[in-house]
Order: sequence, then structure tokens, then C-alpha cells
Amino acid sequence: MAVREMTKLTLGPIAYHWSADARRDFYARIADEAPVDEVYLGEVICSKRAPFHEADLPATIDRLERGGKRVILSTLAEVMLKRERKATEDLAAMDTPEIEINNAAGLFARGKRPHRIGPFMNAYNEATIAWMAGQGATHVCLPSEMPAPAVAVATRAARDLGLRVEVQVFGRASLAVSARCYHARAHNRTKDNCQFVCEQDLDGMPLRTRDDRPILRVNGIQTQSESYIDLLPESPRLIADGVTHLRLMPQAVDMVSVASVFRDALDDRLGVGDAEVSLRDLCANVPFSNGFYHGQAGYQRIAMSAPA
Amino acid sequence: MSLAELICPSGTPAALRTAVDAGADAVYCGFQDATNARNFPGLNFTPDELEASVAYAHAKGTKVLLALNTYPPAGKVDLWRQAADTGARLGVDAFIVADMGVAHYIARTYPAVRLHLSVQAAASSPEAIRYYCENFGIKRVVLPRILTIPEIRQIRKEIPCEIETFIFGNHGLMVEGRCSLTNYLTGQSTNMDGVCSPASDVEYTRQADGSMSSQLAGFTIDCFGPDEKAGYPTICKGRYTAPHRPDGYYAFEEPISLNLSRLLPDLIDAGVHAFKIEGRQRSKSYVRGVVSAFRAAIDDIRAGRQANIANLVALTEGQKQTQGAFETKKWR
Repeated sequence: MAVREMTKLTLGPIAYHWSADARRDFYARIADEAPVDEVYLGEVICSKRAPFHEADLPATIDRLERGGKRVILSTLAEVMLKRERKATEDLAAMDTPEIEINNAAGLFARGKRPHRIGPFMNAYNEATIAWMAGQGATHVCLPSEMPAPAVAVATRAARDLGLRVEVQVFGRASLAVSARCYHARAHNRTKDNCQFVCEQDLDGMPLRTRDDRPILRVNGIQTQSESYIDLLPESPRLIADGVTHLRLMPQAVDMVSVASVFRDALDDRLGVGDAEVSLRDLCANVPFSNGFYHGQAGYQRIAMSAPA
Repeated sequence: MSLAELICPSGTPAALRTAVDAGADAVYCGFQDATNARNFPGLNFTPDELEASVAYAHAKGTKVLLALNTYPPAGKVDLWRQAADTGARLGVDAFIVADMGVAHYIARTYPAVRLHLSVQAAASSPEAIRYYCENFGIKRVVLPRILTIPEIRQIRKEIPCEIETFIFGNHGLMVEGRCSLTNYLTGQSTNMDGVCSPASDVEYTRQADGSMSSQLAGFTIDCFGPDEKAGYPTICKGRYTAPHRPDGYYAFEEPISLNLSRLLPDLIDAGVHAFKIEGRQRSKSYVRGVVSAFRAAIDDIRAGRQANIANLVALTEGQKQTQGAFETKKWR
């Protein structure tokens, strides 16, 4: 189907504090093997982590571009400290590669030069998207808590303005950010003396209720969903509504295979049912959810009715 | 020295009159719908109530600030525009906004009405604040509760607008306007619906041994022993277990109130223009007590007298209180 071939699969920025070695290996495999079109790089969650992988960035960009991927640099979601302000300003000054902005400080620094709007920018509606388009936005990633009717209206409006539209279809949802580091807190430390305990949890630190039900994941200052969003079955509807880019968030699973399942399903080489079985196998015991998109509690898994 | 205006919560017309009578410089309120971040049953104003309330407040020299500080989902923008139209018609003194589309609409349509940037916009750097000032003519920013006083002092030097900080009440610790915890468990969104840990989804269950658990939408947010007082199940104030914390701990924050009364003189000195008391969901007697005590303290400081801080500290007596991020970076 022609319209489907145009749909781009993207890999969002790594939310966790994976080691420099792990990142190098991860992106080498992505470059060579993953059927994704675009890859977002950069530290979005914690500015303290950035020095660990900044030095590798030029080589990673080069590696991915040689693998045929378009690279976009994402800015921090929270900008408060001097080093965070500086990092945001530096990224906003770059001509290439493209940048994705996640904080109004980045919009300020970027001015009217072209940029992408990241998922932390709260582009919830057509009026805000129109404003952003007038300021140089070329691409908008919608907040993952938006329900289907709003996604459809926002997407149509954005496409009419010439913007590309992205929706997260795989991985943990970002549910909150804070100035406080909850990873450090769990280890009786503070953000300033965290000793990077977050590196122990490659897929986030699990929180369970006191009656032992998994509920949330902690990733430094970020709180994430316990479940992985999975909108693979909803992807045809997203595409029909005009969504141009589907985002996979890197989790501690075989992301090359996850991307392949999505690509095969989008290209009709794999039926939705089989694709879902494959995803399930790849993600062990992690629950899947699509509640946000269906206007229900985010953690819920709403069964799709069989196509007519 | 800044004017140190006292900005007081008004969840109902009665609470508004109470706050005005107790000496509020300004009150803030919202309509009975998703256009504001305290969209709770039994709270907020009809247009008629707001009209009468504006008249009451203005007669006593008190300003009325209308909170339109949620994020309209696509397709529902008109509800926010109509709320702004109604507020402008009724003569509110300022709109408190977070969404760029809403801010742009008001700046274009009602350029004579002041715009305040809500804490829900999460503008925590001079650059972010200047973005809103330069594009929408924001006159005042409500700072997130995550900054230290030296940081606030520095921001003040770098922005062209006034600063408002929270000084008393609920201690929100997620970056506001970026939190979907409630929507994840309940299906109601803080950003789009103005709902946070809604009472309609709350249940308390007592066990045979007298212990109690509090639930939100079926998720246990905390458990309490027979001698413990059961708290409200706000997700970010619950106790959970983690691999290193098998016994259950406050993963985010304890149920604790923000009380910056001891820091009031320092905040005024740092250039804070206005102090916000949280609590549109609180009773009239609470509003009367808190507003009166802060009114007296601010008047003392303005007149160069030593403020009786003990009265303010006593307001949260018996409850845990914190100065949160304002006092020390160690909070982080």
C-alpha cells in the first residue's frame, strides 16, 4: 500500500543511563540491521549523564548516517541549571543535524530556524501546533497521553500546515519529570551525590504497590509507565489519520527485532495478529498498554475489534 | 523591595469573599470545567457567580485572576476560548495560562488584559520565561516549586516580568504540566481534564486487624497500620516497594505541606513580587486562617517590622511541613 511505504519508523532517544559501551554496541546494530528511518540521539532526562556519552556522539551520528538513517538530536526535557541552559543553547545553535526541542528554553534559543517539537512540549491541539508552525516547527511529536480523536484532529491540522506528525507506538510512556532524582532517593542519596545509581536499571527501576502489583518505573528524575505502549494494531488508523512517523522508544529488549516486526506489519509482510505474537515473545513479561489512545486509563490494554 | 502581593485560593464564591475579607491582594479561581487545573466536583464558578465575585472583589480593591491553565486537547479548543471571552467580558484582572495556543489567542484578542504564566507551563529557566514574555506579553511567571532562593534571585535578574512563587499548601513535586500519572491509572488527565487523583476513584479498605489501605482506581497507593492516620491516595505521595526498598517507602515524597513562612523575608529580598497560597479545594475557615496570618506577616515586613513567623508555622502544626526545594539543593 503506497501510503504505508511513506510511513517512517523512528527510534526515540535512549531514556536510560546505558553505559557508553552499551550505547556504541546498540547503535552499531541499529545502524546495520534495524529497519528504522530516523534515529533521535542525545540526553533528554538528566544533564549529569551527558558527559558519559557526548564524546561518542560524532562517531555515532556518522555510523548511523552511513547506515542510511537520518539523525536528529533531542534536547533536555528539563532546563534549570547553568549546564542545562548551556547544553540547550549549544544544540539550538547547530545547523546539522536536525534538532528536536523538548523545553521552551530550546524554542527561545532556536528562534525561527527549523526544528522539531518533541513529546515534552505539550503540543496538544491545533491552535498550539499552528503557533509552533509559525515559529519554524517542521515536525511535531504528540504527547503520548492524547486520545485518538484528538490525535486525528491535531494531525490533520499539522499536516495542513505542512508539518510531519509523530506518535510513540512502542515503549514505556513518560508519565512525569521532577527536579528530584527518585533513583538517588531510593538509595538514600540526593541528585548531587547520586553516584549514577540509575545505571543499574537498564529498563528503569520497578516500583510495586505494597500489595505487590507492578505500577511504575523510575528513571532518574523521570517516572515512566510499567507497561510498554504498543500501538501496532492501531498503526493503520494512525497512518490513515495522517501520522507520518511512528516512534519506538529504546527498551532493554531486542530493538532490532522490534523494529523489524513493526516494519513488516506496516508493509503487510506480517499480519497484525502474528506481529503481536512476535512482539509479545520479544518483550518477555512486560505488560502492553494502549489505554491512553483509547481514552481509558493508560495502563489498560484495550482489545481491538477484528477488521470488518 | 517588591510589593509582595498575596495571591489567595478561591474554590467557591464563599471562599472568594472570605479571602477578600481576610486581606487578599488578589484571588484566583476557575470555571466549572476542564479549563482549569482544579476541575473537582463542587468547586469553581459559573459565569454568573464569577460576575458577582468580580464585583465583590473589585469593590474592596482585590484583583481577580482567572485560571485557564490546562491544555486543550485538539478539537476542544473552543471551550478555552469561550472561557477567555467570558472572563474578559466579566472584567477579570488577569488570565493564568499554560498552553501556547490559549496564550496566543488571549494576547491577540484581549491585549489589554494581563497574562500570567501558570506553573503548569513549567518555565524554570530565564530563557523559557523570556520565550513566553516575548511571544505572548506575559507579565508574571508562576515559578515551579523546584528552585532554590539563589536560583530565583538569578532568574529575576534575567527576565522582564514579575515572579510569583508558591508559599504555602500542597507540595507538588512533579514538574507541573508534565504529569500524566493520574491519567495512567484513572483515564482522566491532569493536563487535559484538570484532574489529579480524583475522589471518584478513591477507596479505603479496612482489614480485620484494623489496618487500612488506600486505593486509586484499584491500585493500592498506601497501607496504614491500625494506629496510623490514613492519607489521601495521591499517586506521588504513596508508598511503594523497589528492589532496594522491600518494605515500602515514599518513592517520591512524603505527604507533607509546603510552608515557606520562615523564608518570606528572603523571598521578598530575592525580588519575588507575589506569593501564592495553594488550596482552592480547602474550606472557608482554612482560607480565613491562612490568608489572615500571611496578610499580617507581609504587612509587618512591608512596614519594616519583625513578622510574627510563629503564627504561620503554627498553621501546619501537627502536620509535616517542608521548605522543599526552596531552602536547599539537597531536596533534589
